[in-house]
Amino acid sequence: MNPIIAKDIKRSYGKVEALKGISFEVSKGEIFGIIGPDGAGKTTLFRILSTLLLADSGEAKIDGFDVIKDYKAIRQIVGYMPGRFSLYQDLSVEENINFFAKLFNTSLKENYYLVEEIYRHIEPFKKRRAGALSGGMKQKLALSCALIHKPSVLFLDEPTTGVDPVSRKEFWHMLKMLKAQGITILVSTPYMDEASLCNRVALIQEGSFLDIDTPENIVNKFDQEIWSANSNNMPKLLIDLRNLKEIKSAFAFGDTNHITIDKETFNKEIIEEKLKSLGHKDIILKGIKPTIEDCFMELAKK
Amino acid sequence: METVIKVENLIKRFGNFTAVDNISFEVKKGEIFGFLGANGAGKTTVMRMLCGLSKPSSGKAIVAGFDVDKDAEEIKKRIGYMSQKFSLYEDLKVWENIKLFAGIYGVKKTDIKAKTDELLRELGFESERETYVKALPLGWKQKLAFSVAIFHEPKVVFLDEPTGGVDPATRRTFWELIYKAAEKGITCFVTTHYMDEAEYCDRVSIMVDGRIDALDTPKRLKEIYSAKNMDEVFQHLAKKAERQAD
Repeated sequence: MNPIIAKDIKRSYGKVEALKGISFEVSKGEIFGIIGPDGAGKTTLFRILSTLLLADSGEAKIDGFDVIKDYKAIRQIVGYMPGRFSLYQDLSVEENINFFAKLFNTSLKENYYLVEEIYRHIEPFKKRRAGALSGGMKQKLALSCALIHKPSVLFLDEPTTGVDPVSRKEFWHMLKMLKAQGITILVSTPYMDEASLCNRVALIQEGSFLDIDTPENIVNKFDQEIWSANSNNMPKLLIDLRNLKEIKSAFAFGDTNHITIDKETFNKEIIEEKLKSLGHKDIILKGIKPTIEDCFMELAKK
Repeated sequence: METVIKVENLIKRFGNFTAVDNISFEVKKGEIFGFLGANGAGKTTVMRMLCGLSKPSSGKAIVAGFDVDKDAEEIKKRIGYMSQKFSLYEDLKVWENIKLFAGIYGVKKTDIKAKTDELLRELGFESERETYVKALPLGWKQKLAFSVAIFHEPKVVFLDEPTGGVDPATRRTFWELIYKAAEKGITCFVTTHYMDEAEYCDRVSIMVDGRIDALDTPKRLKEIYSAKNMDEVFQHLAKKAERQAD
């Protein structure tokens, strides 16, 4: 049986439907990403799966245990790292980890091997108060505390939000290590570029999954033809592209613009001519492969 | 072109820790200036000084024509500020938020009403005038928060991770608002962890351990570091950081 199974989970807050019927399964040792913006329902889903919140309807099982009937058993086997830093700010690094170890009848010494790779980065600061740690170190401490009781499933709710690109890379490296130990990881993120680091992802918006698949398949399934467009005046180019009937959408993407085209009417030479007549120079139009972010925007429109 | 921010040998120490270590730079009127750096590099400390909320240990910073050390109150009247974490009062209606912030920023009562109508029209928010902010989608909140931050037509607007967690389409329309503000001559001083957004800036600075280790146009930075994109530039520079504290 898969370690995470969710069937038609619904949950509303008053009139707001936070989750509109979510179903998915995660296999053992998989890194499964829930990818979507703030307010999409990610945290609600995590809270339900970690037995901290009741769904209005639907079913969920973690390692075969029911989130309602067997909540006590689930709490023994999952590690949960909430989006907001939730350790004791006034306790030291060492006190925090000892506290969480003790809650689960274990000790840092006993399970040191589990957290070693992560904990040794913060061990030199073990006497420091958790509240006085840097963002990156807080994150490492929180992950160590979530791991100290040897969970088989790890829930990480937006562990990289507000974290700089270098620390984000480091964090994903740590997740890969944990995966290698056979831990099943459910992780959420608003950063689309992190999708490619997951085995499978679910794209979530307004309480519904837009798609569930491997990152490669999501990109390969994209049913639009996508081009990159550059000229000497990028902001103007974006506006001009949107006014062309051959172009269905145009968005800035870093140092280029991505456009989806109407295959019937699009002709590269004609578009280049039109852009030239609008005053653009150094025009480059190229057919490209979509990114997860392109896919997300297209799926979100439907 | 008029210089709106001028920083010279700015230093900020907390005890024996040097958070900001002798930085100098200038930002022009209407420029979109990307202020990047790893967590703990000192970005927030610099922003606080430039907003007149914290005094430099030494060095000088002039914002909108006033010295941050001597005329902090004058600066506060001439800047706007928006962050992802705190933006608007959820339990006030759209028009109430506009009125409150406009009043705080010192816009004349008689001007507030007319300008509110204009703003709501421009954003296409006329039907939301009486809506409580908590009922707005996140993307709308962010757009409204930005519009409120520039309602009093400041010289500079400081945007602290304004697009964190926002969906991809809204993130892009948000940047179109930044472009519009810059065209009107408002200097936009932006921090972000999205490296594609660094490409939308006129110039980008990258802070490492309290210093500014790089400052140029995105195009030039990519050339200097032979990088494919700004993420590579950032990884290259920020990896060198030795500092641990935030």
